[in-house]
Formats: sequence, structure tokens, C-alpha cells
Amino acid sequence: MQIIASFRRMPAHIRREAIEGYLFIMPWLAGLVVFVVGPIIASFYLSLTNYEVIRPPTFVGLQNFDQLVNDRLFWQALKVSSIYVFASVPLGLVLSFAVALLMNQKVRFVSLWRTVYYIPTLVPVIASTMLWLWIFNPEFGLLNMMLALIGIDGPLWLGHTRWALPSLILMSLWTVGAPMLIYLAGLQGIPTDLYEAADIDGAGVLVKFRNVTIPMMTPVIFFNLVINMIASFQIFVQPFIMTEGGPRYATLFYVLYLYQNAFQFFRMGYASALAWVLFAVILALTVVVFRSSALWVYYEGELRQR
Amino acid sequence: MTGMHRPASVLQDASVSSHWLASKRRRDILQKLLVYPILLAGACVMMIPLVWLLSSSLKDSGRIFIFPPEWIPNPWRPENYPAVLDAIPFLRFAWNTVFVTALALLGQLISSSLVAFGFARLRFPGRDLLFLILLATIMIPYQVTLIPTFILFRILGWLDTYAPLIVPYWLGGGAFFIFLLRQFYMRLPLDLDDAGRIDGASTFGIYRHIILPQSRPALGVVAVFSFLNHWNDFFNPLIFLSTTEKYTLALGINLFRGYQVTQWHLLMAASVMVSVPCILLYAVAQRHFIQGIVFTGVKQ
Repeated sequence: MQIIASFRRMPAHIRREAIEGYLFIMPWLAGLVVFVVGPIIASFYLSLTNYEVIRPPTFVGLQNFDQLVNDRLFWQALKVSSIYVFASVPLGLVLSFAVALLMNQKVRFVSLWRTVYYIPTLVPVIASTMLWLWIFNPEFGLLNMMLALIGIDGPLWLGHTRWALPSLILMSLWTVGAPMLIYLAGLQGIPTDLYEAADIDGAGVLVKFRNVTIPMMTPVIFFNLVINMIASFQIFVQPFIMTEGGPRYATLFYVLYLYQNAFQFFRMGYASALAWVLFAVILALTVVVFRSSALWVYYEGELRQR
Repeated sequence: MTGMHRPASVLQDASVSSHWLASKRRRDILQKLLVYPILLAGACVMMIPLVWLLSSSLKDSGRIFIFPPEWIPNPWRPENYPAVLDAIPFLRFAWNTVFVTALALLGQLISSSLVAFGFARLRFPGRDLLFLILLATIMIPYQVTLIPTFILFRILGWLDTYAPLIVPYWLGGGAFFIFLLRQFYMRLPLDLDDAGRIDGASTFGIYRHIILPQSRPALGVVAVFSFLNHWNDFFNPLIFLSTTEKYTLALGINLFRGYQVTQWHLLMAASVMVSVPCILLYAVAQRHFIQGIVFTGVKQ
């Protein structure tokens, strides 16, 4: 209403610019209503219903959430996804940071090294999933064959309740190339005069690393942390193809469980409730990381509160 | 990396400077002795799975299950590649993938560049609030909107058609790309627009003939990452397509898993084929990848 009123008072050329502005953003605005806002409202309503596709949804209040708290598979899925996130994200971030640091040591053929480390990230997820399924094959896969050469009888990997989740974590480290590229770009952006100043002060390698590199890189570390955390929570294709959640629910990832409920058991109301819990979990984690960033992320040109 | 200690009072003693240079050189050599072997070891770990992929894809079906593993296939079986085309309707899937990827990418480029222009270059009431909403939508996990969107497409009769894989991207799907382009446009001088207006260009003319040509690097970034997203997408085709003939490659390759015994040599050959376009794209557009990463990760 306010917008319409202010519209009337506008001089003609300003009104014209405003109308053109709305026209330019129209594709997104239409998409926002149809594919985002509408579905969010509908999803919220559906999470409060019993909807099994063949009959129209019936309102059941908070029953889905009540059921969820008592659903052992829900807790299992939350546990599996959390373990995966808390293991693969820090491991991947440390590894990719280490590789980026090495590449930043004035090594020759940087673009070749960069390409070699980045190529696994370019392999479509369907292909890398199939490849690792083959690598993890207990009898004829690459991993156990290599272990056999040094006299180790390798585990069943994806077929074993204890090893299946660590296998997927191990596999995730193959794509550290993406955060590595981001770190490398960040490292190359650190002004050299900071290092020169440290040299004049007689700072050693470790001191420079601790007092120049790390503080200057915290915004990039923060970015990689948030992006990878959110992405890892939503992993689906790998468990869907490689383990189907097994053995004995050892790799029942959250989004896989959600998919099964929605599209295999056709419990769309329950799946909507699962989606909202996922949203809440991701949001809470993101808020915690953002809040904590005040303590450890250093932005140049930022004035700290006294 | 070597952790050598130098006295803190380097500057007080003039004779130290030659010392300092010598120790610096020594450190450099030590550094090289450490850096290259570690980088090389890591590179091997990265490449071995790919070598294994290629090697498996060229093996005879009987020779794939032998110990110790053969790295160089013997006999050499390039016939596995044409055999994939017989095992699954690979070319049909490839065509479907090209079709969906091309249309979705085109829509994403056109709509995100238009919308970004509106946000970056025009003033209208509610603009900043709407932009904030756009940023918020990037954070919403797609699972939240998934089920109602599925129901909507069912009502529209779009299930088992390509529309769900294409239409949303003509309507600003991929808010992140809008954000990226808007940030890029903001850095182009406003004088460009004014010069255009003096020459009598319409607003659309300024977008089309001034801003777009200036934004090639950013549009390249969007095109490259949009291509990869759609080419690699597994989840959406899985949910929205049901007729086998309509499958995209990502979904079609999974058919190999449906057979009783997995034909690993064919599966690996198919995996190589679906990966080649993505790796080629990196080879020709490496600049755009690096730029995209700098845009997104470093200059927020």
C-alpha cells in the first residue's frame, strides 16, 4: 500500500524508471511467488497434515512432529548426516588449506598442479559415485587390491556397518579441489607488504603463518566452512546409489530418508515435516557459525566494538 | 615450513645480512625438497582413481576381476565404448541431456542477467527489501520447497516432461547467479549508462548494448557453472522423469546398476563419456572457473 501511494507522488521519469525496474526483475519475482513463497507456505501446511497422495491432505496439527520425535530412523538419519558433516567438512577444509599453502610457495607450474587437484571435482557426481563404488568393491576394487599387496585384508567398506559411513567420508576428500581453489585465490590476494613488514620485524615462518596468513584468511575459511557445511548436510546421490542407506541404516542420510518418505512411501506430509526440521537444523548451525565468526573472523577495514 | 629461527634483532647487525641471505637460500631449498614431494604424492592420490577409471573402461569383461590389478589393459578393449551404446540407449540419453542443459542454461543466462540489471541499475520502491529476500532464498534448502513443487508440477501435468527441469530457470531459478551478476554490474561505471541515454538508448538498449557486452567474463562464469549444474543433475530428473526414453545421462547410467551383475567395464566406459564434456569445458574455459571462484569465494 505504501509503495502504491509513494508511486502516485513520483515525478514521471522516476515512475518510469521504477516501472522498468519491476519489469526487469519480473522473471525472478514470478518465480519467487510460484516456486518459492507459494511452495514454502504449502510445505508448512503439508507438514501439519497427513497426506499420502491418494487422498487429499487431512489436517493433523503437530502429529507429524510428535511422530518424528519417536521415530528411531529419524534420529538415525540425523546422526548419520551430523557425523558426516562434522567429519568430512573439517577434514576437507584442513586438507584443502594445506594443499593451497603448498601451491602458494612459489612452486613452478602452478596451473598444472591446480588442474590436477581440481579435476576430480569436475567429474559428474554420477560418474564419481560409480567409480568409487567400484574402488570400494571388497573383492576386486582398487582399494582392497592395493591393501592386499601390502598384506592387509581390507574390510567390506560399503558393505560393513562400521565402515560404510567412513567410506563415504573418505570419498568426499577426493573433491577437496573446490575449496582448495578458493583458498589459493585468497592466499594470492594477501598483500605482500604484510609479509615484508613481518620480515623486517624478523618474524619466522611460523610466526608469519600465525599472525599474517591465518588472520587474513579467516574470511575465506569462514566462507568455505558455511558453504561446505550446508552442502554436506544435503548429500543424497552417493548414499542413494552406493548403499541405499544400508547396511542396517548405517548410511541413512537425512535427505535420503526424506526422499524415501516422500517418493517411495508417499508420506508427503511427514516428509514435509522432515524438510522443516532439516531447515531448522541448517539454519541453527549457520547462525551459530555466523555468531562465532565475530570471535575469529578478521575483516580488514572493520571497526571492532570497544 | 622448516621452522628455522632467526634472531629478532636482524637489523642491528650489518654482517647478519649475508647470513640472512644464506639461511634464506637454505630454507628455500629445504622448502622445495618438502613441497614438491608432498604435492606430487597428493597429485597421485587425486589421479589414481581416474587412471583406474580409464583402465577399467578399456578392459575385457573377464580381465576386470583379476589379482593383482592390471593397470594397462591386456587385451586392449576400446570396443567397450560402442558396446555402451548397445547396452543402454546412451545416445538418446545424451541428446536429452544436451536438450535440457541447453534450454535451462539459456534461460538461466537470460533471466539472471535481466534481473541482475534491474537490481543493479534501476531504482524502484522496495528494491533493497526484495534484494534481501533474494539473498535469503539462497539459504533455503531446496528440500523445503520440493514436495509442493512436485505437487504443482503434477497438477500442471508436467510430470515426466522436461518442463520442471527447464521452466524454473527461465524464472530466475538460481538466485546465486543473479547475486553474482548484480555484484559485477555494480562495478561498471554509471557513466556508461548516462552516455547511452544521451545517445537516446532505451533502458533495454543500455542493458543489451552496453552492460551485456561489458559483462562477458561474469556471464561466462554463470554459463560454465550453470552448464555443470544441469549436466550433472541427478536429483531432479530422478524425481520428475519416469519414462526410460526420457532419462538424462546421469539417470540413464544408473540403469547399469539395475542388471543382475554389474558390468563394470561398460559402467566405467559410460562414466568416462559423461565426464568428458565437463573436463573439456574446464580445458577451454579455465579462466572462467578461476574467475568465478574469485568472485564467489574471495570478494564477497
